[in-house]
Amino acid sequence: MTKENMMRMINETSSWREITAGGFVYGEGNSEFFNTGDWRVRTPVWDESKCKQCLLCYPVCPDSSIPAKNGKRLDFDFDHCKGCAICARVCPFGAIAVVAAGEEDAQ
Amino acid sequence: MSRKDRMSGNQAIAVAIRQINPDVIAAFPITPSTEIPQYVSAFKADGLIDTEFIAVESEHSAMSACIGASAAGVRAMTATSSAGMALMYELLYVAASDRLPIVMAAVNRALTGPININADHSDSMGAKDSGWIQIYSENAQEAYDNMLMAHRIAEHPDVLLPVMICQDGFITSHAIENIVIEDDESARAFTGEYNPAKHLLNPKESLGVGPYSVSAFYMEMKRSQFEAMNNARKVIRDVSEDFAKRMGRSYGMFEAYRMEDAETAVLLMGSSAGTGKDAVDALREKGVKAGLVKLRVFRPFPAEELATVFRGVKALGIMDKCDGFSGNGGPLGAEVRAALYGKSDGIKTCNYIFGLGGRDIKVEDFRVIFGELKDGIDGKPLPDCRYIGVRG
Repeated sequence: MTKENMMRMINETSSWREITAGGFVYGEGNSEFFNTGDWRVRTPVWDESKCKQCLLCYPVCPDSSIPAKNGKRLDFDFDHCKGCAICARVCPFGAIAVVAAGEEDAQ
Repeated sequence: MSRKDRMSGNQAIAVAIRQINPDVIAAFPITPSTEIPQYVSAFKADGLIDTEFIAVESEHSAMSACIGASAAGVRAMTATSSAGMALMYELLYVAASDRLPIVMAAVNRALTGPININADHSDSMGAKDSGWIQIYSENAQEAYDNMLMAHRIAEHPDVLLPVMICQDGFITSHAIENIVIEDDESARAFTGEYNPAKHLLNPKESLGVGPYSVSAFYMEMKRSQFEAMNNARKVIRDVSEDFAKRMGRSYGMFEAYRMEDAETAVLLMGSSAGTGKDAVDALREKGVKAGLVKLRVFRPFPAEELATVFRGVKALGIMDKCDGFSGNGGPLGAEVRAALYGKSDGIKTCNYIFGLGGRDIKVEDFRVIFGELKDGIDGKPLPDCRYIGVRG
């Protein structure tokens, strides 16, 4: 069963009859369907012009919320970033600012 | 071919386990169930079973190991008593909500306070709301037979719930009685192979067991357990019928003894039923219309059937081998009265608390109870609840 199918089958509108016995979860990697980004009270803001693509931020993210492709980081995955700001601490170039959630546009 | 033998209830359970040859047993010794893992260890040492025996450091670990093993997809069993079961309580609920068909040999013993090692039902009654199926045995034969049926009930796809097979500590677990033991082949064929539809060791399918259930899911999970427990009624009946057909000994949700025209009756569970039946026989000889119901299946609770069997009865003594300290009696008292309410109204009842911490119940005690019930019919007020067999 694909992840998408499973998430269509079992979600917060499912009746008890549709939920697997014992709540067994079939298939792996489905935690990405649980959007934890709305817990965030602080938001990291990436300034691409200051970024040297050193990738120090990438491995320290506790929630895999900094996607990387072909050796380069992309913008944050805000569906899952909880705003811990560890990335901002490790950035040697000041390329990540931290602002209060909801005030991202002011930057 | 079955054979006649003589053995204790613990031995009978151990023989059933040898015949079932489960994949994993995780147990910690506690009186009076200690002999069960002890016999199983001997079977293992003698090469009679290929069970993985895990000598854990506590009952909390025993049930945890059973949960892990069962989730991995194998038959997992344990045995315990009293404080040992109490130490498992947290995991008993997990086993039930994870819908893992674990089977436990429970040897009933009083819970400590004051410390005591003898029989009463306070241990398994404490676990009555954990979501386990509970089946009680009167003697070694019933303990053996119930154990042979346990896995088929637990593992049925409509059920998938853990089962505890209970017997009274020492009275049944250690007393040696005559018993019929089935040959290994028939016993094994009856229990059958276990092939779970989903399990953790299946390399072709990833699986997560025991996920956190937020409030958006917890209640649906419980509703599903409710359904499984209700489904167990039919499965227990079917498995018991098949057992009767193949082995010749038949069991229902309860045993009704001389209930046809009974005016006074008692209801109880476990070993005390033998003494009760003796008392009923003696009263019947004197023309007293006395009867007895021995409850075999406490979870799921056969409320409707009980309301039916007591319909003609005028006064009923509900006997609890455990006090619930509600001030109104024990768990059986509460559940049986709830079962009768609105279905078989007008029956006078008294909830007798008896046999705590191994206190004997005698034929004479039953005579007193039946006498009080008769007086109740004649208009003397019956107390809601009273201790019997206590000094003073």
